Amino acid sequence: MEKLTNRSVVASDKKMTFMERIYVPAILKGMSITITHFFKKKATINYPEEKREFSKVYRGQHVLKRDDEGRERCTACGLCAVACPAEAITMVAAERKPGEENLYREEKYAAVYEINMLRCIYCGDCEDACPKEAIFLTDRIVASQYERMPFVYGKDILVEPTDLRVDISARQTSAVHDFKKNKAFAHNR
Amino acid sequence: MPLLKVTIDNVEVEVEAGTTIMNAARQVGGHIVPPAMCYYSKLEGSGGKCRTCLVRVAQGSAKDPRPMPKLVASCRTLVQDGMVVENTTSPEAMDSRQAITEFLLINHPLDCPVCDQAGECHLQDLSYVHGLEETRTVEERRVFKPIDIGDKIKLHMNRCILCYRCVMVADQITDKRVHGILGRGDHSEISTHILKAVDNDFSGNMIDVCPVGALTDNTFRFKSRVWFTKPFDAHRNCTKCSGKVVLWMKGEELLRVTGRKDKYGELDEFICNDCRFDHKATADWTIEGPRAIERHSVISQNHYGKQ
Repeated sequence: MEKLTNRSVVASDKKMTFMERIYVPAILKGMSITITHFFKKKATINYPEEKREFSKVYRGQHVLKRDDEGRERCTACGLCAVACPAEAITMVAAERKPGEENLYREEKYAAVYEINMLRCIYCGDCEDACPKEAIFLTDRIVASQYERMPFVYGKDILVEPTDLRVDISARQTSAVHDFKKNKAFAHNR
Repeated sequence: MPLLKVTIDNVEVEVEAGTTIMNAARQVGGHIVPPAMCYYSKLEGSGGKCRTCLVRVAQGSAKDPRPMPKLVASCRTLVQDGMVVENTTSPEAMDSRQAITEFLLINHPLDCPVCDQAGECHLQDLSYVHGLEETRTVEERRVFKPIDIGDKIKLHMNRCILCYRCVMVADQITDKRVHGILGRGDHSEISTHILKAVDNDFSGNMIDVCPVGALTDNTFRFKSRVWFTKPFDAHRNCTKCSGKVVLWMKGEELLRVTGRKDKYGELDEFICNDCRFDHKATADWTIEGPRAIERHSVISQNHYGKQ
């Protein structure tokens, strides 16, 4: 029969030599490879005690920032959701009532804001799209879960607590700081 | 009556006498049509206020070939035989449009992330094409509180550009006008004096004619961004109006009802408040099918769930 490819190998069942039949040299050869690995640098670390150094621009779990006065910055404009290539973000907007001015920065706020962490591809497009500097990706790792539903993060996880601010200064590059100094873009803040 | 020959941006077109430059350009269509913020073909006497449609007339007519001394408002200037108009080909007209856009935005709060009109706003489109990237003014903007001028109509005076379209709707479509412009000059503002005074059956049309987000639908307020809803053509038997509308749906939920707008953002037919505000169940309507949207419109972007 004609061969379909030239990659096929003819199997041989030739008799093993004496050295091959006693196996000891092969075992020693294998053990020597194993033992050299004891003295090599380890590829793994003891994770919770030891942590790897992250890149400055590492993109991990999102945070919804509050402003200096502790009010939520997000105004539920939907630009992050429309920019999201994975369609991971959903939100429901609500109107701020009189007396809630210390909670929300704008007239409108996100009553429900959910990110499906299983859909999210951590591209950072939401951060780029945000006109209110509300959403940022941080260097925190998304915790593992046994079920799927807990991966849909709501506002309880995403919004930063007033007493425990999340540091995003590494994402505020010098270009961002220069941009903020420019008075002409004040309307963006 | 002989037809008049006009050249707009090197495109020749023959129109009837009494046509404005704007309408002659609309007969040609395409990018040579000047933008209009205040002109509305269905409203008599509209136009001439916003100045975004300024064009240069390089040749007044065949008999008098001198150019017009200043830029003219194309929505108010009638064509003459042999007129040569420059719109996008005239750097002068384009410069003035940029300046006009900057002036229209001088008191505009730029709260597009909050505004319900964002995504179908003419001022957004205009500043996208002709606006500057930055604000050059440092002065305080005018600030008003949002008020309910009608039962279901919200007025954000901050965003208003004083195009007078809503005033003309009230004059020409409804039987009695109860709102108007108060004050003069830079103190002008749309108001009713009495809250929730607008209650005419056709008053909801002022939401649709408003080129910006100054007049918005209170029943749709902050429900969804425009680009997360999908428009469907639909109709119902209505005793007051034609009943031909667009339904804006998010999934199975009917969030908003508006009139059908053509490519210049003008309503084909004015619809009544019953259709607009009070029939928010899909069962009330006979759905004809999805409405065609321009491919590059934000409304045809990303939707939650495929339908």
